[in-house]
Amino acid sequence: MIPAVLVIGGGIAGMQAALDVGNAGFKAYIVEKEPSIGGHMIQLDDVFPTLDCSACILTPKMTEVGSHSNIELLTYSEVISATGHVGDFKVRIKKKPRYVDEERCTGCGICQQKCPWKVDSEFDMGLGKRKAIYTLFPQAVPNIPVIDPEHCAYFLKGTCRACERFCEAGAIDFQQREREIEIEAGAIIVATGYDIFDARLKPEYGYGKYNSVITALELERLSCASGPTEGKIQLNGKEPQGVVFIQCVGSRDKTVGNEYCSRVCCMYTAKLAYLVKEKVPGVKVTVCYIDIRAFGKGYEQFIERVQKEGVIYRRGNVSEVYRRGNRVVVRAEDTLLGEPYEEEADMVVLATGLVPRGDARELANLLNISRGSDGFLLESHPKLGEIESGVEGIFLAGCCQGPKDITDCVIQASGAAGMACGLLARDRHYSL
Amino acid sequence: MKTTITSITKKQTLAQEYDLLGCMQCGKCTAACPVAMRSHLNIRKLMQEALTHESLNPIPMKELWDCTCCSTCTIYCPRELKPNELIINLRGILVEEGHVPTTIRDALESVFKQGNPWGGAKNKRAEWATDLHLKDATRDKEIEVVYFVGCTPSYDPRVQEVARALVKSFNKAGVNFGILGNEERCCGNEVRRMGEEGLFEILIEDNTNVFQKLDVKTMVTTSPHCYNTFKNEYPETHFEIQHYTQYVANLIATGKLTFCGEVDKVVTYHDPCFLGKQNKVFDAPRSIIDSIPGVKFIEFDRSRERSLCCEGGGGRMWVDASDSGERLAEVRVRDAVEMGVQIILTACPFCLLNLEDATKTIGYEDKIQVMDIMELVSQVI
Repeated sequence: MIPAVLVIGGGIAGMQAALDVGNAGFKAYIVEKEPSIGGHMIQLDDVFPTLDCSACILTPKMTEVGSHSNIELLTYSEVISATGHVGDFKVRIKKKPRYVDEERCTGCGICQQKCPWKVDSEFDMGLGKRKAIYTLFPQAVPNIPVIDPEHCAYFLKGTCRACERFCEAGAIDFQQREREIEIEAGAIIVATGYDIFDARLKPEYGYGKYNSVITALELERLSCASGPTEGKIQLNGKEPQGVVFIQCVGSRDKTVGNEYCSRVCCMYTAKLAYLVKEKVPGVKVTVCYIDIRAFGKGYEQFIERVQKEGVIYRRGNVSEVYRRGNRVVVRAEDTLLGEPYEEEADMVVLATGLVPRGDARELANLLNISRGSDGFLLESHPKLGEIESGVEGIFLAGCCQGPKDITDCVIQASGAAGMACGLLARDRHYSL
Repeated sequence: MKTTITSITKKQTLAQEYDLLGCMQCGKCTAACPVAMRSHLNIRKLMQEALTHESLNPIPMKELWDCTCCSTCTIYCPRELKPNELIINLRGILVEEGHVPTTIRDALESVFKQGNPWGGAKNKRAEWATDLHLKDATRDKEIEVVYFVGCTPSYDPRVQEVARALVKSFNKAGVNFGILGNEERCCGNEVRRMGEEGLFEILIEDNTNVFQKLDVKTMVTTSPHCYNTFKNEYPETHFEIQHYTQYVANLIATGKLTFCGEVDKVVTYHDPCFLGKQNKVFDAPRSIIDSIPGVKFIEFDRSRERSLCCEGGGGRMWVDASDSGERLAEVRVRDAVEMGVQIILTACPFCLLNLEDATKTIGYEDKIQVMDIMELVSQVI
């Protein structure tokens, strides 16, 4: 029994699982595709229902993961194969080249300041810019940048090298190559998370066609003090006077193949509606919903609080968004009144659902685990085995198994860590 | 399936037949309904009534005739239910009971007696083409394509121009085609949607008998309505069914139809519901327009999947809406004029008539023209 756990994914679920494993005295590896851990949660502004700032509660956890003596971080890395069995998995991992020497880099950030090449920031959902050498966000863990060869002038034209000239540590290494390593682990925790539903698949809402139609995650970035507008809710430099939220975009919808409820959209919509109301004086905020699902601790009370702030809830699914002058019109039926209506708005926010990751099938094949008909990784029993994957020694945590909120991700991650440690502890000899 | 009066009182029949039990009352159907804003028709409410009420009596529901059968309610339903079919079913009850607007009754009677809803004589169906000397597809075994003209292009003088334009293109491209002449009958697409399921079944049988005699590869229709029912509601045929936009787009793409002139106009295209929304034919008409030399094409804001209905479907060519208010065809024309468009192009006889009528009712006939795509094409070939 190898006394180590491989955690695939460095979002909130993966971090929690690794911390619990590490704190129990076992070794934990985190393999993360992106250059930093943090996952989707670090992109969020405040979180429901407490309105804690997401970064404020998450960055200490990230730092703890980064400095934990039992946790080894493999960022900008991907699992490419896995063999073996419970107690003795052998996993090959591809380490993508950062073009920055991880040992030498001090994280001073001068390279990012001096790099002249600006690129749309994926972290800011394309609303802000990053450089061709970048960290995902200022509190990145590890605080080591990567060079994006698709936009770096050195890789494109062989020129520039500004980062190299200014790096006092001599950490820039254009010669770095992709390499493979193999690690051994007694158990695996899969915590690969989810993708956001592509709102372009619902053309009736005009996402991608109208600038004023944005996704909820884009609004998170706008609302975030460290985001591209420094927390101002603005589009093209203007504050909206009317904001309409459309719930269930890509959820509960057979026409796009997603029959399930994404579980978090009702609550994050309420939170974002609250933040808009708080930040934009005099704004009219309407939430168009089918049903409100506020099942968690303190959630129903939060919905009431948001309503009392003046957010108008109208029951009824929106059919279409179209242009009228320089505003857009949202067309829906208020099903409680039995009246179809049109509401003009300057900003329409689509509460996009959670979908399986694009590489979920590949990962499932690689680990020889199953997926459900909804595409998420399949648990061994829908009620009694939500953590086990069906393959002994491989556990599931967080949204890779199905949509869930941060609270539930953390619970499932701790559960997975507990089960993995229990497995590894079978080999230990205790004297009473 | 025939509807009888018993289904008015047996809610299980309606609920089970149309899967109403799965409705989550989200209201997307009513929100999407193009006439809901100015009609009492509320399809979401109707679904719930059909599900919960002991009996459902459609006789006082005059608004049932407001539905254009554009099918947006059905296309958008997140539970993949068919709200539109409920309306058609309830209309079926009205037809059985004889509670039908006289104009609808006349149209249906005309289909029964003359094979078309316009009151034209059965033996004058092919009169529009007398001078064109077209081949008879029922007799000529050499032809490859049968052109199903349709009732409106056969009898309506305005839409006959579309049929002539299409024939001109076929001839120019060397298409070996024929028509069914006086053996052609109404396709029944509108008949079914007006609730006359029995007559629709007779039409299917009659038309299928004629079709079986044909030795062709392809049938091309003028109307998206004929195209829709042949493709989706008739028994499978031994030939392929295409709307003319698909066929002509291919003639142009393969170099068989070429242009010899330019059109210096700003145009837009109105997607017919039965072609676009319901059958997802969005690109073929646009590719024809794109290929016309000189044309400047602008899209409507509400185009393709999000297109606005002209209110010509589902029997609405024969009955006025129960409520007043601006007609959607008028909204469409105003939008086009604001966009600086000179010609609204479309690819459906009903859309053509409704949009052209709208230019007159709002006094815009000097500002903007409405044409079928083929009419514009025929000017420059």
